[in-house]
Amino acid sequence: MTATAIRVLRQLRRDPRTLALLFVVPPVLLTLFKYVFEGQPETFDRVGGPLVGIFPFVLMFVITSITMLRERTTGTLERLMTLPISKLDLLLGYGLAFALVATVQALITATVAFGLLGLDVEGSVVVVVAFAVLNALLGMSLGLFASAFAQTEFQAVQFMPAFVLPQFLLCGLLVPRDQMAPLLEWISYALPLTWAVDGLQRAVAGGDAGRVLLDAAIVIGVTVLALALGAATLRRRTP
Amino acid sequence: MAAVRVRDLDVVRGSTHALRSVSLDVPEGRVTGLLGPSGSGKTTLMRAIVGVQVIRGGTVDALGKPAGDPELRRRVGYVTQAPSVYRDLTPRENLEYFARLVGAPSERIDEVLEIVDLARLSRRHVGSLSGGEHSRVSLAAALLPRPELLVLDEPTVGLDPLLRRDLWRTFRGLAESGTTLLVSSHVMDEAENCDELILVRDGRIVAQDTPEELLRRTGADDIGDAFLVLIEGARP
Repeated sequence: MTATAIRVLRQLRRDPRTLALLFVVPPVLLTLFKYVFEGQPETFDRVGGPLVGIFPFVLMFVITSITMLRERTTGTLERLMTLPISKLDLLLGYGLAFALVATVQALITATVAFGLLGLDVEGSVVVVVAFAVLNALLGMSLGLFASAFAQTEFQAVQFMPAFVLPQFLLCGLLVPRDQMAPLLEWISYALPLTWAVDGLQRAVAGGDAGRVLLDAAIVIGVTVLALALGAATLRRRTP
Repeated sequence: MAAVRVRDLDVVRGSTHALRSVSLDVPEGRVTGLLGPSGSGKTTLMRAIVGVQVIRGGTVDALGKPAGDPELRRRVGYVTQAPSVYRDLTPRENLEYFARLVGAPSERIDEVLEIVDLARLSRRHVGSLSGGEHSRVSLAAALLPRPELLVLDEPTVGLDPLLRRDLWRTFRGLAESGTTLLVSSHVMDEAENCDELILVRDGRIVAQDTPEELLRRTGADDIGDAFLVLIEGARP
């Protein structure tokens, strides 16, 4: 597992531009958000905190779906499948590497948001960062699963709006879910990002710890499920 | 004793019947050439032997086990035609990763870099290497666990003659140390480097024999002509 994690991190290190984007884009976007909503500071206060935890979800989804697709198209996945490495070991290696990256990313974003931009947090910043890491793993596992359905990198990139945007619209961050059309509200219950955002909102507001844990458990559950489905798409024998 | 034993192998890929009741034996400790035109089923056959190909019928055994058996993952090395290593890492970093997966000691990394003659380039990233160097990294990775059976898909394609000669010398050295090699090529000239030949066409085995015996049987001057005689002769 650590062998794969080290290999993935080494690959990322070779690509400083991607690393810079990973670490710079979220705080810059948050800053943009703050000044776009200069006339409505309450909107920034409501949306800003949870956003810290959503960026890792979106970015890890894209990164994972493209890296896995590359493993498939360059034949390295086929090679790995002929070697003594279990599928779970491979996926956990990816998980470990991306969790590390997500932690750094969330720490930088949180420092900017709560330190420089003066975003208020009633609860604990640590919980927000922990949730960000969980969300990164959720994005990773969904990206892994999605990559099985993409044949080209163009398709993999298009999966981002297809998988992520609907969840973002329905998660209750932009509009409270009870103000949506009832059908959409019901659908939102089935989407993992809804629970991630619910947990983040509560964590930011210093809400009920039990509910935050429940939200975290749901996010972890969906991650494990998607990971299992993703592992099922890794085949040792192919047609 | 045969390192690979294939009986009545049938493989369908998409809408093409890639292999039709193929039977063959790859002798142990020798260099066997799998020769045939592009699209004749060489890659499919190799994939079946290393156990990554879904097959429709027949049996494939390697080193006395069914192909794809977990125990074979350290004992069989497979090098695909497109070099399957990470382009954004250096040869050494690639080998460090694969060595950990197969449990090879780190001294082995230097050894395989020597074998494929890449020691001086081991710290440049693979993407900046030439095509031939790139595929030698892939070969080096397959050599790490000292496989008893090495399956190489068109390893010499696109290489300059000098490199090609060196690579065949490497293969010869490996066979002399007891490794069984199955090497595919669509270039008939490469037959001269092999102890045994398997000629494939349209998913069928045309002939399997030593080069000398094939020439004697067909009365041809070279393997390319022998191939033609065999195909023509096989017609009703």
